[in-house]
Amino acid sequence: MSSLVKNIVRFALVILVQVYVLDSIHLHQVVTPYLYFLFILWMPFKMNRTWQLVIALALGLTLDYFRHHPGFHAAACVLIAYLRPFLVNLFIPQEGAETNYEEPSVKSMGGIMPYFIFVAVLTFIHHGWLFLLQAWQFGNIWYFLGNTIFSTAISLVLIIITELLFVRKQKFRTNTI
Amino acid sequence: MRNIFLFIRRYFNLIFFLFLQGFCIYLIVTYSKYHHAAFSKTGLEVSGYFSKQYNEVEYFFHLKKTNEDLVKINERLLNAQRQNFMQPDTASIIADGPVTNDTLEIHRKWLYRWAKVVQQSTVNQSNYVILNRGTSQGVSQDMGVVDINNGVVGKIVEVSNNYAAVMSLLHKDSKVSARLFKSPEAVGTIVWDGKTPNIVQLTGISKSAKVVKGDSVVTTALTATYPPGYLIGVVDEVIAEKSTNNYLLKIKTTVNFYNVQMVMVIDNLQKKDIEELENKLKKKTL
Repeated sequence: MSSLVKNIVRFALVILVQVYVLDSIHLHQVVTPYLYFLFILWMPFKMNRTWQLVIALALGLTLDYFRHHPGFHAAACVLIAYLRPFLVNLFIPQEGAETNYEEPSVKSMGGIMPYFIFVAVLTFIHHGWLFLLQAWQFGNIWYFLGNTIFSTAISLVLIIITELLFVRKQKFRTNTI
Repeated sequence: MRNIFLFIRRYFNLIFFLFLQGFCIYLIVTYSKYHHAAFSKTGLEVSGYFSKQYNEVEYFFHLKKTNEDLVKINERLLNAQRQNFMQPDTASIIADGPVTNDTLEIHRKWLYRWAKVVQQSTVNQSNYVILNRGTSQGVSQDMGVVDINNGVVGKIVEVSNNYAAVMSLLHKDSKVSARLFKSPEAVGTIVWDGKTPNIVQLTGISKSAKVVKGDSVVTTALTATYPPGYLIGVVDEVIAEKSTNNYLLKIKTTVNFYNVQMVMVIDNLQKKDIEELENKLKKKTL
């Protein structure tokens, strides 16, 4: 499957799973499980940075329209899409790993720890910014803090489960082409 | 000039990022003010379509409960039929005023239309219920929505051709005028603090009012959206506010917002007349 088709299918899947499965889970009012932004974390390394921002905006707005209050998720998605290349540069182990692998994963980031920190930091930023914007609209600081911390924890657990269930095969490509 | 272009080229991603963030925040702010953004009609139509497809599968699992509800409503309606009551002697009817009884259609105030819920949410701080009826089926903005057990669900804020978005009671901007059933003079406003679903707050009830735990809270005649006397909920907890002379009542809602399937959209047929009157009044005062 080509990278484009794979990403289109992935886009539709994460949105549908988020809207119809995760949004109808009522764990607690403070805890909202999120998984859809995994699409942004898994975007190919090679993609143009401007396009990454545009696609992140599209993903966020799509979810926002299902929730009937546009802006919140789009803002958080654009933020993590902007910060992602910096974090990739920070955590990628050796020079040129971006060109050998297609997208971030345990294998391409060189071990579980760097990949997990990469995911955890972006998850925390996504949730923090999302709930900060909501707190700015609705105003409640303790609610914001609780929401951010617990939701990040639940989302990370979900991401780990997803990684274990759906193993992504990463082909090693040499850059001799 | 050349330096400006160099600067823009160098920091294009940052500038583009800031622009997109600004756009998102603009969306949030305008949407909070006006409840319907310029192009959200298409958004509602598309998301409504997907929700409808999903709901067709999900609804299957609620059939049993819906059936029970329908039987209960039938029971209530059968009990309300005129033939169940003894007719008084026709000679003793007192004609009061010029209102004729047979032209019922002209004096109808409320018109009910059923609708199916295709999507509902409780996780946000602004929750909406999406219905499978829109402007093509006669639904328009500001109509009230109740569920089949006569519990208030909310008010329609956004309509597309085939779908309507209802601002449920669990919405930070939702305000419904309500009174206590046993002390009709105690009128307040129903709001939601955004914390627990199915628990809303009744504010503005003064401490002189008689408040009992377990009393029903119903809609008043002050609004043009709902008919008076529709159930909102039951008083669950009474808190005396220290700084004001009011009670803060926690109300358990009649509607279970986790699972609403069938609702009635209520059209106020006399709303136009009331609005015309208000407009005339405004012109006079100006």
